[in-house]
Amino acid sequence: MKSCLIVDDSKVIRMVAKKILHELSFKTEEAEDGAQALEACRRAMPDAVLLDWNMPVMNGIDFLREMRKLPGGDHPVVVFCTTENDIEHIQEAITAGANEYIMKPFDSEILQAKFSQVGLL
Amino acid sequence: MRPEDFDFVAKLLKDRSGLVITRDKAYLLESRLTPVARKRGLKGLEDLVGGLRTAGEDLLREVTEAMTTNESFFFRDIKPFDQFKAMVLPYMLANRAAKKTMRIWSAASSSGQEAYTLAMMLKEEGAKLAGWKIEIVGTDISTEMLEKAKAGLYSQFEVQRGLPIQLLVKYFKKTAEMWQIDPAIRGMVQYREYNLLHDLKPLGQFDVVFCRNVLIYFDQPTKTRVLDNISRVMPDDGFLYLGGAETVLGISDKFKPVPEQRGIYATTRVPGK
Ligand SMILES: C[S@@+](CC[C@H](N)C(=O)[O-])C[C@H]1O[C@@H](n2cnc3c(N)ncnc32)[C@H](O)[C@@H]1O
Repeated sequence: MKSCLIVDDSKVIRMVAKKILHELSFKTEEAEDGAQALEACRRAMPDAVLLDWNMPVMNGIDFLREMRKLPGGDHPVVVFCTTENDIEHIQEAITAGANEYIMKPFDSEILQAKFSQVGLL
Repeated sequence: MRPEDFDFVAKLLKDRSGLVITRDKAYLLESRLTPVARKRGLKGLEDLVGGLRTAGEDLLREVTEAMTTNESFFFRDIKPFDQFKAMVLPYMLANRAAKKTMRIWSAASSSGQEAYTLAMMLKEEGAKLAGWKIEIVGTDISTEMLEKAKAGLYSQFEVQRGLPIQLLVKYFKKTAEMWQIDPAIRGMVQYREYNLLHDLKPLGQFDVVFCRNVLIYFDQPTKTRVLDNISRVMPDDGFLYLGGAETVLGISDKFKPVPEQRGIYATTRVPGK
């Protein structure tokens, strides 16, 4: 069973994502911001990270850069999931090591399509 | 809806586009044609059907178009496109090396995602195709969909179904609420209105044909007729792609499945033809 870390400061979004990911047979863990997510990754690297951009304490892009530096940090497939939907943000995310990018609002069809594109399904 | 009205519209649709609509789908007629009636200032379906009996080409066409299902997405089903890149394209590049020309047809192109997927893939091949003249033709019966395809404008939802993010960044620009595909990619595809039930010869020959997710709407004799007609505009070494729920088996002997590959068929020449 693959694991996915859901990183989003919105409880509602985490719940929606969790439900979809469970249907896709993922084991999930949650974090409310980048710092919590980084801690989770230090404990155990997930197979996938579903990552919001704007969060308190540490945002998604800073988390991603830090995570990629950790031992084993190149393993997780990182899918951004954010309301930032302009080319500049997307470009920045790819440069920082994101594998895919979902523009909110999203639904299970989009999430599934993106996850299968990056070989998680 | 009155049974005689249903029968009248069902026959009209079958004759014009091949669409088979059964009684249990009468609700579809109602939901899709009521807006057409309203637009014309008619009270409802009954008036529309009354009008259809004496209607001119415009209304008949509008009704036919309203009944088409146009769903499409980029890299639909993924595998056929991987397979195109890994097998069919190299095969064609080798077999057409002298002429350096190749023609690809998206035979029910809808809003253009299939044709543009192929165009982006070819663009990604880069230098390998230097000196080649590769034509991509997209055809559909729906003028509304053809207009959308030509404009190359897609919603945020549409660009997130199947399109890898790297290709979105590379080949699309954001315009207010929509995403528009690059003029260079748009320029690689020609769109034309064309009915698959008609003689296909005027379109010329195609080395590779994508005819996906349209035969499912036809009855068996119509499927046979369309597949036979498609085979007449293909060379001896051509390839045909069908949708995930479609096959040539038991329907046409002009194509044979490619071993170990789903959804792709090779042209066969029946002796004596
Ligand atoms: C579901 S879409 C398929 C789009 C694309 N090939 C794909 O697989 O994603 C079916 C399309 O077939 C078109 N169509 C239906 N009957 C047709 C006919 N007789 N001739 C040409 N196009 C037709 C419809 O207008 C519609 O856009």
